[in-house]
Amino acid sequence: MRLSLNSRISAITALLPALLVMLVVYIGATGWTVWMSLTNSRMLPNNNFVGLRQYEMLFGNDRWITSVHNIVIYGVLFVSLALSIGFLLAVAIDQRVRAEDTIRSIYLYPYSMSFVVTGLVWQWLLNPTLGIQHVLRSWGFEGATFDWIVRPETAIYCLVIAGVWQASGLVMAIMLAGLRGVDEEIWKATRVDGLPKWRVYVSIIIPMMGASFATAAVLLSTGVVRLYDLSVAMTNGGPGIASEVPAKFVMDHLFERANIGLATAAATTMLITVIAVVAPYFYWRTRKGEMR
Amino acid sequence: MQKSNVDIRSLQIGFGGLKVLENLNLNVEASEFLVLLGPSGCGKSTLLNAIAGLIDVRGGEIHIGGRDVTWAEPKDRGIAMVFQSYALYPRMSVRRNMSFGLSVAGTPRDEIERRVGEAARMLQLNSLLDRRPSELSGGQRQRVAIGRALVRHAGVYLFDEPLSNLDAQLRAELRVEIKRLHARLGATMIYVTHDQIEALTLADRIAVMQGGVIQQLDTPKKIYREPVNRFVASFVGSPAMNFIPGRIARDGETGFIAGANRLGLNGYAFRGLPTDAPAVLGIRPEHIELTASDDPSAVSARVEMVEPMGADTLIWCRLADNTAFSFRHDADAQVCVGDTLNVRFPAEALSLFDEISGQRL
Repeated sequence: MRLSLNSRISAITALLPALLVMLVVYIGATGWTVWMSLTNSRMLPNNNFVGLRQYEMLFGNDRWITSVHNIVIYGVLFVSLALSIGFLLAVAIDQRVRAEDTIRSIYLYPYSMSFVVTGLVWQWLLNPTLGIQHVLRSWGFEGATFDWIVRPETAIYCLVIAGVWQASGLVMAIMLAGLRGVDEEIWKATRVDGLPKWRVYVSIIIPMMGASFATAAVLLSTGVVRLYDLSVAMTNGGPGIASEVPAKFVMDHLFERANIGLATAAATTMLITVIAVVAPYFYWRTRKGEMR
Repeated sequence: MQKSNVDIRSLQIGFGGLKVLENLNLNVEASEFLVLLGPSGCGKSTLLNAIAGLIDVRGGEIHIGGRDVTWAEPKDRGIAMVFQSYALYPRMSVRRNMSFGLSVAGTPRDEIERRVGEAARMLQLNSLLDRRPSELSGGQRQRVAIGRALVRHAGVYLFDEPLSNLDAQLRAELRVEIKRLHARLGATMIYVTHDQIEALTLADRIAVMQGGVIQQLDTPKKIYREPVNRFVASFVGSPAMNFIPGRIARDGETGFIAGANRLGLNGYAFRGLPTDAPAVLGIRPEHIELTASDDPSAVSARVEMVEPMGADTLIWCRLADNTAFSFRHDADAQVCVGDTLNVRFPAEALSLFDEISGQRL
């Protein structure tokens, strides 16, 4: 059946705002960013084409190299720890514990907090003169030392701790839904087969939960790329530049250091990296879809 | 392969304040095929799960192969189980589904291979061994699940409504296959179902359950011909048994009065002495016979509806007092709605039940 002209017009009208937003805001802004990275713009944008000069400067910049180094550490540790802790929490809750609802809410609670609040709380907790180290010492453990946040080589791990603390509850909720989807009779079958519980989880349940793991991993990964506020609130990139991250590098150069060219080059590099990771996955997904 | 008997002594099972089974006794012989039959919620699956050790009992004992296994783990009971939803391990191949339990238990590799090969041959799974469950049809999945049970070389095989998720045709096929399997292995099998056809076709003995109590435990023939109460009579048999209310009269020759009709009960095996009392007469549709109008035991009935069923025809009638009943006749019966027929109820095929208790008289 062909749509009448009238209804086609109203359909286009309805879609137009979203289409415009999509074209102007996302694609337009992305294109503009890429273009800016090829100019020598400083405080104000200009159109002086300088080729890949900004990228050369970017990869000669210590702060950027540290940022990239940090985001890799953060990304790998954050995603793997949040996935495993979240899964273990879900398994623990799935053992028909009492007060399951309450515990579930407590686990999920950190996720309702903004990164800024999370960052501040953990900044205090990890601060050697205020937080955990101080408490342990005041209890009499004089030698207790937990000063990761003030040491340049460990500061990034503090971001990982805070990030994992915040995200594990969400992963737990996703995993719990997956675990609840496992047929009760499969559990019975494993008991008749005499399989130890850990073996059931490792060999049967985890392979069944591919979709849950994929969902959680995607959500966590987007959190890694846009990591900014946690770094600002907890360490402000410090000590020194020890806990800088790419998104913060972009923001700082864009607004504080008035170096639009370098900032957009960094942003474009981030975009290309994400595309390089995501594209093969989508290619694989569509191929798989076609084969069905 | 060893064949174990199962002995259940005054078993009690409950959840919270709910008593599901109370003081249940059941003895299953070695090599027997026992079917637990009943409507949903009658406790049949609970009983099977208790035998498997998947739920805890409140009291009583379960002995399998002469060993008290009341508190033993499922894997130590010498049982294997097949589930309604197949419960296959979805990310493992068919071969791995069957071998996984054995390999975790540390069975030698060549022994595992031998058993899997044997089960695959018996169930025609050879060409499917490397597929995933998601690539199989429902019937194939259930055959894999049966295969996974077979490789355990258990003393008792438990089936929890294994055919309920299949369509009618597959169900009939797999039913035959299970029966063949039992004939071949001679293993003890306990089979839960709510489908009375499965029960009648498969069982050596059927235990008909209701409300957590075994109502009747007997051969399929006995259950069908001589149900001990109205529940068993109405649950077993399709099309269902006819029930005609009335009373037993002992004026001279014992008879059954239903409205204006009097049926002679000469030839009915009463369990006790018949008394003058209200009763319900039960008769299966295929036991009602057409007869000539001058037969003294003839009852006349008006045809209300005719249901051709292929092999035969089900004819729905009403007696003069409006009691409805159905009977089976040849497919080529020339019967039309509105006809008046003369039928007789042979006394030896009847079942009489007490009106109040529902027990067989």
